[in-house]
Amino acid sequence: MKLIQKNIVPIVFIILCTIGFQYSGLSWIFFANDLMTRLARNSFLVISLIIPVLAGMGLNFGIVLGAMAGQFAAFITVVHNLTGIGGFFAACVMAIPFAILFGWLTGILFNKAKGKEMITGLILGFFANGIYQLVCLIFIGWLIPISNKALLLPSGVGFVNTLDLKIWQYAIDKFYVFRARGIDIPVLKYLNNINIPVLTLTIVVLLCIAVVLLFRTKLGQDFRAVGQNRHIAEIAGIKVDRVRIIAVIFSTVLAAWGQLIFLQNIGNVQVYGSHVQVGTFAVAALLIGGATVSKATIGQALLGTVLFHALFIVSPLAGKNLMGSAQVGEYFRVFIAYGVIGIALALHAWQRLVKKQ
Amino acid sequence: MGNSLLNRIGIPRLIISLFLAFLVASAFSYGLPMGQIFGAMLTRFGMNALLVLAMIPTIQAGAGPNFGLPFGIICGLIGATLAIELDLRDFTALFFAIGVSVPLGAFAGWLYGLLLNRVKGQEMTVGTYMGFSIVSLMCIFWLMAPYTSPEMVWPYGGDGLRVTVVLDGRMEQLLDKLWSFTIGTVRIPTGLLVVTAICCVLLWIFMKTRTGLAMSIVGSNPRFAEASGLNVNKYRLIASVISCAMGAAGIVIYSQSYGFIQLYQAPLYMALYSVSAILIGGASLQRATITQALIGTFLFNALLVIALPVANVAMDSDISEIMRVIISNGIILYALTRKEVGGDAR
Amino acid sequence: MTATARLEMRNIGKEYYGNRVLKGVSFTLGTGRVLSLVGENGAGKSTLMNILFGMPVIHATGGFDGEIRLDGEKVVIKSPEEAMKLGIGMVHQEFMLLPGFSITENIKLNRETTKSSFLSRLFGKSMKWLDMPAMKHDARESMDAIGLGIDEMLPVKGLPVGHMQFVEIARELDKKNIRLLVLDEPTAVLTENDAEKLLEAMRILTDKGISILFISHRLDEVMKASDKIVVLRDGEQIAETTPSETTIEKIAELMVGRKIESGEMRGRPVSSIRDEYILQIKDLHVAMPGESVKGVTLDVKQGEILGIGGLAGQGKIGIPNGIMGLFPSSGDVLKNGLPVRLNDARFALDNGMAFVSEDRRGTGLLLDDSIEFNIVATATQIQGKYMTQGKIRILDSKGMGKYAQQLIKELDIRCTGPSQLTRRLSGGNQQKVCIARAITLAPNLLFVSEPTRGIDIGAKKLILDHLVKLNRENGLTIIMTSSELAELRSICDRIAIVYQGKLEGILLPADSDRDFGLMMAGEYHKFHEKEAV
Repeated sequence: MKLIQKNIVPIVFIILCTIGFQYSGLSWIFFANDLMTRLARNSFLVISLIIPVLAGMGLNFGIVLGAMAGQFAAFITVVHNLTGIGGFFAACVMAIPFAILFGWLTGILFNKAKGKEMITGLILGFFANGIYQLVCLIFIGWLIPISNKALLLPSGVGFVNTLDLKIWQYAIDKFYVFRARGIDIPVLKYLNNINIPVLTLTIVVLLCIAVVLLFRTKLGQDFRAVGQNRHIAEIAGIKVDRVRIIAVIFSTVLAAWGQLIFLQNIGNVQVYGSHVQVGTFAVAALLIGGATVSKATIGQALLGTVLFHALFIVSPLAGKNLMGSAQVGEYFRVFIAYGVIGIALALHAWQRLVKKQ
Repeated sequence: MGNSLLNRIGIPRLIISLFLAFLVASAFSYGLPMGQIFGAMLTRFGMNALLVLAMIPTIQAGAGPNFGLPFGIICGLIGATLAIELDLRDFTALFFAIGVSVPLGAFAGWLYGLLLNRVKGQEMTVGTYMGFSIVSLMCIFWLMAPYTSPEMVWPYGGDGLRVTVVLDGRMEQLLDKLWSFTIGTVRIPTGLLVVTAICCVLLWIFMKTRTGLAMSIVGSNPRFAEASGLNVNKYRLIASVISCAMGAAGIVIYSQSYGFIQLYQAPLYMALYSVSAILIGGASLQRATITQALIGTFLFNALLVIALPVANVAMDSDISEIMRVIISNGIILYALTRKEVGGDAR
Repeated sequence: MTATARLEMRNIGKEYYGNRVLKGVSFTLGTGRVLSLVGENGAGKSTLMNILFGMPVIHATGGFDGEIRLDGEKVVIKSPEEAMKLGIGMVHQEFMLLPGFSITENIKLNRETTKSSFLSRLFGKSMKWLDMPAMKHDARESMDAIGLGIDEMLPVKGLPVGHMQFVEIARELDKKNIRLLVLDEPTAVLTENDAEKLLEAMRILTDKGISILFISHRLDEVMKASDKIVVLRDGEQIAETTPSETTIEKIAELMVGRKIESGEMRGRPVSSIRDEYILQIKDLHVAMPGESVKGVTLDVKQGEILGIGGLAGQGKIGIPNGIMGLFPSSGDVLKNGLPVRLNDARFALDNGMAFVSEDRRGTGLLLDDSIEFNIVATATQIQGKYMTQGKIRILDSKGMGKYAQQLIKELDIRCTGPSQLTRRLSGGNQQKVCIARAITLAPNLLFVSEPTRGIDIGAKKLILDHLVKLNRENGLTIIMTSSELAELRSICDRIAIVYQGKLEGILLPADSDRDFGLMMAGEYHKFHEKEAV
């Protein structure tokens, strides 16, 4: 009973997904393949949220800035035509300085708005999006010359809406994609028809291990100490502000890489759209996995990614079959994303208030 | 002395005023039709004023700017769409829309207020996401609602209501045109401004009544309020009710002036724009006055109105939407990072 | 020439905003010895500890005078970290433990044992591995040293307070260079049994050569544990003595003793006030954190000024806060013979009671509103005063301003005008605004809590005089709570002393210092029983 109570959020979503799947009429194979792809391309972004949560800064809506850093790096590879896996890793390396800079600025801002990090991160995401548009739409081609005019709008200023990333699409996904064969065990035999992007998954697993290991280091211990109580950490001589900034930088760099993994799977960048919902969707996924504003584990991140995207896959079709409109399903999943965040935040704030009294 | 003057005006307000002055000057030098521009500024001001004034009750009651304004706005949209569904026109339509939306908005505000009282200290984050969720939930409603008016549903078998509903011949610019006159080339939307003024006066009177004072005491110092025998939650609830009711009426007035009802995702960021307008006016997250709301509404909207034509002439691209995003979110960030209250008295 | 002392404080002085809080304190503490610091609240103990520990608050307010020597060497301590480096440890009154960490992690907080890793060679020591086994081993060692037998990997959350205290001490002990340990009221939260164990642990520590600075209000412990006792009063060092040369009684007297000219005592003889009770409190319990009241029974006479005294944390402040409905309370309270509904601020205000809170800035004021509005705010809500007449009643700005002007004059509130924000006023003037607000309600029973805390002498006198004037001229009954015994003795007719949430006894202003001291230390009854035997 306690186990159910503790995991009520994931359980509700498992039920919701099951019902949705039933009504969607999708085949297992299609569903599983789609889910595998989405798990591979999205889990990195969700995992990037864990460190700030444990450092007591709540859900970092500011990872939108990390996604932007990733996109800037992607643009550079497109402009300089760096192709294939080399191009992809070049983008990963180039994203680091952007992400460190953005993370550092975000961290400073968060330190000035202690206790209000989440709303600050959210608004910062909107604000940064304005700056991002200013750069991509106005500065590009005007202040920042671009030789390849095909990338620009007809006026010669600003990027076109969609930039093709064919040059390194599936750069890592295509490595060792294999279909399991010859398995003839009920249930497991479905694996026979599923594409498994081994390298991408390996990278995700390595990241998970790295995050676990990070929390066995002195720095990880500092994150946790600061996360529990800033004041006591300060008294013990931990440089709280610095530790918090480092946590945000980590998160931002991981988000930048996560966005690049995402893009290499999609194969193009919606210059003005790909990053916008990154924060909301990642946060919603983490919360659906059963995490809270102050507690998150890697297992929750992965489970949440699976559940959230399962819902994403089934809801348009389920909506169409149930309500006669695919649009309903689309709006439903947006509603779920916002609603889950809203409810999780409200519950967290409520619990804290009750505790105080 | 100069320093205290600067403090009183506030750096953001100063920058924005200067920027506005600069844009007005460049508009002149480009020979843009100033009469039209000033007229548009007044109209935009009147359109938005009530939505910004709606921030005052919750700020004064200590619940912060009402990021949950969409709760009120969707009620206003329901009222407005119902008026069309019933084939009402002119002032009947307007009064009906407002008459329906205000009680609905008050009810939504009551529910939202109950939530706010459970999440003290996190009103802004929770409000934002609850606002987002209600807007996306309403998207489903607009799709499924059994409206039949041909003016609102998609003509060829599409699902649900249109994204924008044209108010032409219903209540388009009803207030704007009421007693309207022109000075030179500037058209004054008299009716709209009069309605705004009446709202201000009513709000001012309310804030001075015993209930209004209690609300402000509760917001200023909840512990003081408790020691004075006031029920803190009750007054925060009242503030939320009034704010959402104002938001409901506000969106009807906004829509009639705009000439369209915008459905679906349109109300998503409206709360943010109202919040930033009042902050630009010099309000803080804890205290706001009617004057600040009015100044902020004017500065923010005037800037947007004039930026569009100037940018078009000067750099041949639409920078005004970008500017709106940067300024509105920038000012909220500024307010968030400001020290809670001024220095220590010692 | 004897061996150099572990700690020598030489002529320490400190001023806060022109207020002298420490004057020429000098003492020495030998190696492996215990020195107890005793004194009333506000005697300067915490300031002295803050100086020793290099707290930022000291240096942000202009530093201090005098010098500190550790093992004969002059030291300048500018931050808690420096203090730690010098081997000074401190166990705070509030626990400085992270509840989600294990005991080991808490003991080793920010002093973790680490092993280098591949990444640490690249990115510096913050990437070093934690060496858990070594950390556990160290923690075990320190815990064993003070006799704390529980598992070192238990989470701190859920431990009994006694154990938490020991974890704190184990943490200090684990700092290998520790020379001097400051224990700030470590026994305040402990049961007698645990306190006993703590004293034993202290002996173990001193046997290891660690010197201890012990701060406690429990005089019997002080007598048992210390080698030397230093008494502070009003920032001055009143006495330095040893347990063998003194008695609890003498210490109590020294702590409280203050030359009060009998002319300064304005209390009236008990016989002059009739035995007519305005307030009868029976078995009052108040759940006010840090000031809980655990069954106080007390009668207040019509027209008197009753003082409530006692040390901080004993519950004296809880009494008015409970009756006025600010904190959850239970018990029977009668006002003019009629029962008072507890937990209902409105009821108290409606029935002629008013309260000037000790938490001036937190509860007493609307800091961002004008003086005039502060003065009338409660009255507009409770009595509808200063509102215009008519159907729609709004705030009567004119009437409010006029009334405020009058009170500003009467109470001599120094301000630029009635519309000045109260945030900009000095502490004394803020307090006057609070009093003005309370009397605007025209109460017949006024609670005043810590009316002179943190305000300058001039304003102090004015406020006390005004309270006496209100009492004598308007017959207002006043219940004044204060940590400053001298001020209670100067204006009260009777003084009730609270100890551990209960009434210890009622004294008259002219009673002896010794009695006051004993009552405040909770030793009065024990002592008198002994005398009687």
